[in-house]
Amino acid sequence: MRKKLILLMIVLALSGILHSCAPAGPAEILVGVNAELTGAIPMVGAACKNAAEMAAEEINAAGGLEIGGKKYKIKLVIADNENKPESAAAAATKLITQDKVLIHIGANASKNAIPASSVCNELQCPMISPWSTNPNTTLYKPWVFRACFIDSFQAGVNAQFGMEEFNATKGAVLFDIGSDACYYQGFFFKKTWEKLGGQIVAFETFTTGDKDFTAQLTKIKESGAEVLYVPQYYDEVPLIVKQANRLGVTEKTHIIGHDGWESPDLCKLCGADCNGLYFTTHWAVDIAGAKTQAFIKKYKEKYGVDPDSVAGLTYDAMYLFVQAAKNCGKLTGNLAQDRKCIRDGLAAIKDFEGVTGTMTPTEQGDMIKSVHIVKIDCDAGVFRWYKTVQPKTFE
Amino acid sequence: MTYILQQLINAIQLGSIYALIALGYSMVYGVLRFINFAHGDIFMVGAFLSYFAAVLIRRLAGATAIPTALIFVGSMLLAMLGTALIALSIERIAYRPLRRYRLSVVITALGMGVFLEHMTLVIVGPWRISFHPLITETVYKVAGVSISTTQLVIIFVSILLMLILEFIVRQTKQGMAMRAISYDREAVPLMGVNVDHIVTLTFAIASCLAAAGGLLYAHAYPIIEPYMGIMVGWKAFISAVVGGIGVIRGAMLGGYILGFVEIAAGAIFPSRMRDLISFVVLMIVLLAKPTGIFGLPLRQKV
Repeated sequence: MRKKLILLMIVLALSGILHSCAPAGPAEILVGVNAELTGAIPMVGAACKNAAEMAAEEINAAGGLEIGGKKYKIKLVIADNENKPESAAAAATKLITQDKVLIHIGANASKNAIPASSVCNELQCPMISPWSTNPNTTLYKPWVFRACFIDSFQAGVNAQFGMEEFNATKGAVLFDIGSDACYYQGFFFKKTWEKLGGQIVAFETFTTGDKDFTAQLTKIKESGAEVLYVPQYYDEVPLIVKQANRLGVTEKTHIIGHDGWESPDLCKLCGADCNGLYFTTHWAVDIAGAKTQAFIKKYKEKYGVDPDSVAGLTYDAMYLFVQAAKNCGKLTGNLAQDRKCIRDGLAAIKDFEGVTGTMTPTEQGDMIKSVHIVKIDCDAGVFRWYKTVQPKTFE
Repeated sequence: MTYILQQLINAIQLGSIYALIALGYSMVYGVLRFINFAHGDIFMVGAFLSYFAAVLIRRLAGATAIPTALIFVGSMLLAMLGTALIALSIERIAYRPLRRYRLSVVITALGMGVFLEHMTLVIVGPWRISFHPLITETVYKVAGVSISTTQLVIIFVSILLMLILEFIVRQTKQGMAMRAISYDREAVPLMGVNVDHIVTLTFAIASCLAAAGGLLYAHAYPIIEPYMGIMVGWKAFISAVVGGIGVIRGAMLGGYILGFVEIAAGAIFPSRMRDLISFVVLMIVLLAKPTGIFGLPLRQKV
């Protein structure tokens, strides 16, 4: 028995040595993708993964990423954060320390992106979150960037839009108290609404995973609110809206949402109940320029569904990385040095033209971009552009 | 007043579903003296099976239009059958061999729960499934209160199932055997009753109720996913304990109590304290009556 064990260990050791002596393939760059592949919002993770793969394929098909005269193939390492904060941190750690990626793309939902960003900042690996809008993802973290706008802008836009569009003074919010992003948006909406002279008559919460909102919605109906802000994701919104319709809340109250609503699955899960509702998001497909239209067409041909803003932003994040690599100029092969070079390259980006707009990172790593308000039409299965709000401050 | 009535209707609907699942916990405890922690996930499997059954029935019907009531009943029966088969196989494979080792069975139950969740995740995928309601939804407005057909069906079907269960337990020989086992385990085999058969029957009935609960829950909250059974399972377990674990009437009462307490806590207090307050209330009930409201007093044989 002991002889067999010793023999087994020798074989394993040899295979390990032989493996590391294998001739090196074409020069590769490892790009980590931290996505919500399972859990409550798998469509977000799928969009992120698909867009990243599409971008990587495009770059590799053109011969690879050219830096300092040398061509590198992009290899994606995809990790599933299960839409849980602790798994997001674990996935980030694995990508950085075990897989030794050059850059970390993801996570998407802010409750996952914030722990991942702490890890990336600690371990000094550049990170771009495509979709996370909560300010805390990049705040005081020089290694972390994002491809989108932040909630102190978005939630403010929602408050102003709700007030102006529906001539409302009484507002209400229903949000998930267990999620960083939703919590922040709820509070910021309240702050802005009150600053603009309105009154918040109902400020209701629920916990992550709750399915029954009838108590909170009945309370909101009773309060006489004219606008109800629901900063939740596409998997909870259909339940909330359906229950609100059933209880007669939507007769007097207009429900508005944020970018978490945007997903091809929203209409699939919500159906006609969601028709006519508004939400803010990163792009509007019907006013998109030529570059965006080309991306949408290619994505649809390849994956069979329309891309949502997660896909567009991830695609932009990948190309932001490409631009950063070009700004960097040369990869030395020393991972720590290269990561720093990429990070500096990201900070140096000016007026990058992506499919979701033109962007320049701020000092904190956020992008100043416009917010688009769209109207839901589930009969046609599209979100129609309604209004664009230029960047401004609400603080 | 309309506000209170509306919240009352909400509470009865929520309570009915909790009651159906709590019954499963209580019945299994009564017969086997162990908490089947996988029961919440059996409920989840029931919800998925009813979805697939509805799809199957529609596909078999093809072009012919079947009244939705028939599809509803049909998918409920098919889901009950499928869920019962799964629950019985779990009982046979995982619980029966370990019947003598109480702690091991509890751990196994937890494990089976996780197994069911992940098995469903693997088979169905992570995508949320939208459950197309089998009931044409009309909202009635009675004295300012909105009641939908879905809520009426949920309440009506739950009460009907509970009445059927009461009949089985009180009026049939097998039901009598179930009650007998929960009183005195050792004496029952001496009376010529095959305990294994009764245990099998209990599991079957418990999982049928869970499957029905799954179908009704999927109508109330039409998005189903593999982890939906966890929270509902825990809440149903707690309502079974509050009502008196092992007692069928207790499980029914406990379910409604939890439904009422949850809705009341959400309606009266700021909603972020809802879960906190509901469980504090339940803890107070247990402190006052440790074996639950209808609970059997703990007896020790001398």
